[in-house]
Amino acid sequence: MANGSLLDEQAPPLPREITTQPRFSDRVFRLVITAGGFTSLLVLGLIAAFLAYRGLEVFRTFGYHFITNYKWDGGNPDAGVKPSLGIGAMLIGTIVISLVALAIALPVSVGASLFLTYYVPNFLRKPLTILVDLMAAIPSVVYGLWGFFVLMPHAVYWAKLLHKYLGWIPVFDVPLPIFERSPFIAGLVLAVMIIPIITAISREVFTQVPLDRVQAAYALGATRWSMIRAVVLPFGSSGIAGGAMLGLGRAMGETVAVYLVLNLAYKANFHILFSSGGSIASMIVNKFGEASPFELKGLMAAGLVLFAITLLVNYLANLIVRRTARTGR
Amino acid sequence: MAQILPLQIPVPTPKKPWKPAPIAMIPDLLILVGAFLVADATVALTGFKGKLAIFFLFALYSTLGSMALAFFRRGATAMSNAMATSMAYLSIALVALPLFSVLLTVVSRGRHALRLNTFTQDMAATQPDAPFSQGGALHAILGTTVLVILATVISVPIGVLTGLYLTEVKGRAETLIRFLVQAMSGVPSIVAGLFIYAVWITGGHGGFSGFSGAVALSILMLPTVARTAEEVLKLIPNDLREAGVALGGTQWRTVVMVVLPAARSGLITATVLGVARVAGETAPLLLTIFGTTAKHFNPFVGPMSALPLYIFQLLETGLNVAISRAWTGALVLLILVSVLFTLARFVGGRVKS
Repeated sequence: MANGSLLDEQAPPLPREITTQPRFSDRVFRLVITAGGFTSLLVLGLIAAFLAYRGLEVFRTFGYHFITNYKWDGGNPDAGVKPSLGIGAMLIGTIVISLVALAIALPVSVGASLFLTYYVPNFLRKPLTILVDLMAAIPSVVYGLWGFFVLMPHAVYWAKLLHKYLGWIPVFDVPLPIFERSPFIAGLVLAVMIIPIITAISREVFTQVPLDRVQAAYALGATRWSMIRAVVLPFGSSGIAGGAMLGLGRAMGETVAVYLVLNLAYKANFHILFSSGGSIASMIVNKFGEASPFELKGLMAAGLVLFAITLLVNYLANLIVRRTARTGR
Repeated sequence: MAQILPLQIPVPTPKKPWKPAPIAMIPDLLILVGAFLVADATVALTGFKGKLAIFFLFALYSTLGSMALAFFRRGATAMSNAMATSMAYLSIALVALPLFSVLLTVVSRGRHALRLNTFTQDMAATQPDAPFSQGGALHAILGTTVLVILATVISVPIGVLTGLYLTEVKGRAETLIRFLVQAMSGVPSIVAGLFIYAVWITGGHGGFSGFSGAVALSILMLPTVARTAEEVLKLIPNDLREAGVALGGTQWRTVVMVVLPAARSGLITATVLGVARVAGETAPLLLTIFGTTAKHFNPFVGPMSALPLYIFQLLETGLNVAISRAWTGALVLLILVSVLFTLARFVGGRVKS
């Protein structure tokens, strides 16, 4: 066999070394990408570290009173008045306006996402979805402008109606008949701002509802609402909860829009229709201009508290959403 | 031999037996018209005032009417179904109402002070309450442009690297990084500004500057870019990566020469969405670039202005003319953001925002 002898004459190729080690270039590449990936960790860590470092003196001076004290008094070194800094009222105010916003936005968002998934005529689905996304892109200062000049007159009228007919409920009671710049109005503006977020996430969850269960419900003779109640809402409930938490986190951190429509007062106020409220983020903007160096440190500490709260809320939101994704129910 | 004849099957016209006949829709229409008329009458005769009152009363009456109709036709289950349908329509109306209200007011109030000099002059030599023919937002537009370009240069490379880490390297920390990026997108914008202020400005590295504002914006932009980049990189079929490696490419050659070019339009979308996210941010800029009334190009020294800040500071003056200027600023800002948003949709196609 001529061919065979030809092959025999050639030296057998050396066996190539097989390795699973990536090459040097790849190792550098992966290192660079990993470094990029860890930037978010670095940035979050730096934010916490720097705010804590700058705010340390304030935390050390006031201890837990910084959270529980309602008063924010920069003091007057010339007159010998010692500063007394506390964000208690602002913290309560932040929670109040975010909860008002959530209470308004959640039903509307769930309804709107149900509409966009199960009720909308086909030709309207895409334009309406784009509109809701566009709503998320409108800058917060524009919402603040609109809230102050357009929404406020209407909202004051609604607040008066609520007070007149539901005033016996403590939340809707007011100590004085002043309805402008109340937590209720701030909550309305925030609701408009977080509706697109909650709507987008609920819609995402609703589109993942298994089609076979939907069709099974219809085949058993369910009306559309019976189907939604039996299939869609149980499947999507934790996704909705996660979206609501994300919206809550966004509402807590909102600054400029709230600053424009809320009357900041350093008192705890649970009468949502009354013109007195608080928000940590808005307080920072409000106090920043004329703050003494010590007050500035207090603002850093307040920023750290806000940062910690939003991180916690976001963490819970992610936990809830991820659990939905894993179990599919 | 049997000849094969072309099949002559009549094409049936599709029927939709579930669709109600037009005649069955008449009561529903009557209820809508009736509800509208009764709502009008209520507003005319009682203490309720305004178009919004008509809207809400119409919603109430039509809901009740359709519920009653459904109850008489098919009973209690149909009634709750009718109520749910009305609620779904009402919800989408409540979403659309503020959106259109915002858009319409910004256009109608913003056009009063809109002149050519809005785009050609700054406010250095003009008082906020001077006539509209003087002064403009040029310094703010330039400032926003400089800030956005700087923020893009900082955050897009890092964002794309994060996206690559989540899709190509898939290291041990994948879940952690994904969570951190999510958490970062929830950082309040004021906290980002405060952080830069704490590091930069009280840290003795010079006063307010455009660059510090750009860094604050890039903190807010990074998670948007990273998440969108991850989404689009996931859409690149694995076949492409396998083909690249099978041709003898190392991983970095495969990523740089195959994966990234294939994802190019998606990555542009990621960038544009990030820009749209930060172009309207006000709070961090208050603490970092401080604002000015003159044109200022050097981002490393001295205060700058930006459109959102321009709006905010005009509002703070409380003067009517200044507020008109603020509405015009809002109009310009809104047009800018909408253009970016449309661009992102146009380039990206099916990528989620």
